Amino acid sequence: MTLLQAEGLGYRIGERQILEDITVNVNPGDNIALLGANGAGKSTLLRILLGLLAPASGQVCLQGQPLKALSRRTIARHLAYVPQSHTPGFPFSVSHIVAQGRLPSTGLMSAPSRTDEEYVEQALADLGIAHLSARTYTELSGGERQLVLIARALVQRARLIVLDEPITGLDYGHQLRLLALLERLAEQGLAIVSSTHRPEQAQASANRVWVLHEGRLIADGAPAQVVDSALMQRLYNVSVRQIDADGHRFFIPCRVPHQ
Amino acid sequence: MPVPTRLPLPLLSFLLLIVTALLSLLLGRYAISPLELLHFLTTLCGVGDMPVERYRLIHSLLIDARAPRMFAGMLVGAGLSVSGAAYQAVFRNPLVSPGLLGVLSGCAFGAALGIICQWQALPIAVLSCVTGLIAVAVGVGIAHLFQTTSILLLVLGGIVANALFTSLLSITQYLADPVDQLPSIVYWLLGSLSAVDRSTLLIIGPVLTVAIVLLCLAGRAIDALSLSDDEALSLGAPVQRIRYGVIVLATLICALTVSLAGMVGWIGLLVPHLARLLVGPGNARLLPVSACLGGAFLLAADGVARSLSAGEIPLGIITELFGAIAFVLVLHRVRRGWL
Repeated sequence: MTLLQAEGLGYRIGERQILEDITVNVNPGDNIALLGANGAGKSTLLRILLGLLAPASGQVCLQGQPLKALSRRTIARHLAYVPQSHTPGFPFSVSHIVAQGRLPSTGLMSAPSRTDEEYVEQALADLGIAHLSARTYTELSGGERQLVLIARALVQRARLIVLDEPITGLDYGHQLRLLALLERLAEQGLAIVSSTHRPEQAQASANRVWVLHEGRLIADGAPAQVVDSALMQRLYNVSVRQIDADGHRFFIPCRVPHQ
Repeated sequence: MPVPTRLPLPLLSFLLLIVTALLSLLLGRYAISPLELLHFLTTLCGVGDMPVERYRLIHSLLIDARAPRMFAGMLVGAGLSVSGAAYQAVFRNPLVSPGLLGVLSGCAFGAALGIICQWQALPIAVLSCVTGLIAVAVGVGIAHLFQTTSILLLVLGGIVANALFTSLLSITQYLADPVDQLPSIVYWLLGSLSAVDRSTLLIIGPVLTVAIVLLCLAGRAIDALSLSDDEALSLGAPVQRIRYGVIVLATLICALTVSLAGMVGWIGLLVPHLARLLVGPGNARLLPVSACLGGAFLLAADGVARSLSAGEIPLGIITELFGAIAFVLVLHRVRRGWL
């Protein structure tokens, strides 16, 4: 069954049309990469899908129910959000941050139970960061913070995890490990939607690609069919050479036109 | 950084509050021994046999003078600290103090207005409380003029409200009779527990207690707000409701403390930092610990205020003096993490 269904989404700020007539759906097991140039409306689309922003037109349905008819807490039991890693004002411990993923289940007034703590330990162990549990979140590196926020999303037991540019700012090794993790989560039946600036991510890791261009969804399909040199030219206004080898597709920038 | 021990710090801070409260009952120009207190209490319950003269003396000392002062001190310290801690969390800024949105300048204006109108103590307290609430409403209202209600707009609205009510306060000071009224306005602005009387406390105390307890219970909800709004929402927390709930409770608490004790500075900034040093930033523990430490700190400061000299030094001077020194020491310990 379709997990999340968006129909005819539109959004505008003043006179400027940010998104126009976007219809997409998300199914369990989808590992979707959202491609688009800066300002194409990626973050806006993600926020609308999460119910954080009300669309000007169209609607988003979670398992057939319109998001705006559901409480924040109900939504939070199905959709989790991993923002770009940030610096909170206070030195929370890693386990405290991750335990917040239990809020939708326990409610805002009750203390976490032993089971909740086990969920936290389990998620940290699954991501290989159990050793960070007692560390202070503000003292971690960007890659570690990203993993902590993903652990929080796992603890939330949501069925769809939305990530805003998860690999931006990570080193090469962390990028690859994070992408492998997203693949593994999708294989376990979770749905993943992550925005990215790297076509290689869409190509190598995702099993589905959405392409936003000037506020419109211009492609939705398998990476091999969607992401090619013509798309690179159209999205980013750069010409690239495309090389298909060993079942992978590589892009090599040719000549960047002067602005 | 939380102290790396398994000490039951919340319990310890509560014990500290109880001990300070007992000391503030016993110590003073006329000291009472713990045994005498016990003897008095048993007589009060009808089983002891304290001589009548002595019983009357201690009754008037404890029940009429020191107990109201002790309860007022506890509530004012706890209230300012807990609202400071909650404000810092919902505004995601460790340098915020309870006066951020203009409540204190609003209260000060109301009290000064009451003084130049030559009102009694209770109406002045009520007026001060009301103008404090109005000031915050003005600040929040200004923020709402601009559609999106971000933290930044709330802070800017607060700055406007603060400026507005500070200027209104200046006008009342300018208009006040310089021989009689101006000194009492100034003295009032310095903060003191000496004017607390039982009837005012009986009205304000219960409301203040309930508000403090409610704020302490909201710790986990407030935790969710110390991350970004989007994150809090996606964790199922109703961000606006929690933020405005905290603002309403904290504003009410501050206004009530001012109507009891005038302006007592620094506690709302200092004590939350001290508490965070002990138990970490998790608000479920931080808020109650802040309340206990704040109550204890204020009682201690009041003890100093009334015993340093024969004429009483205004409480606000003591808290600012010791608060400033203590704050530097706290900052020295917490350089890591959030500064």
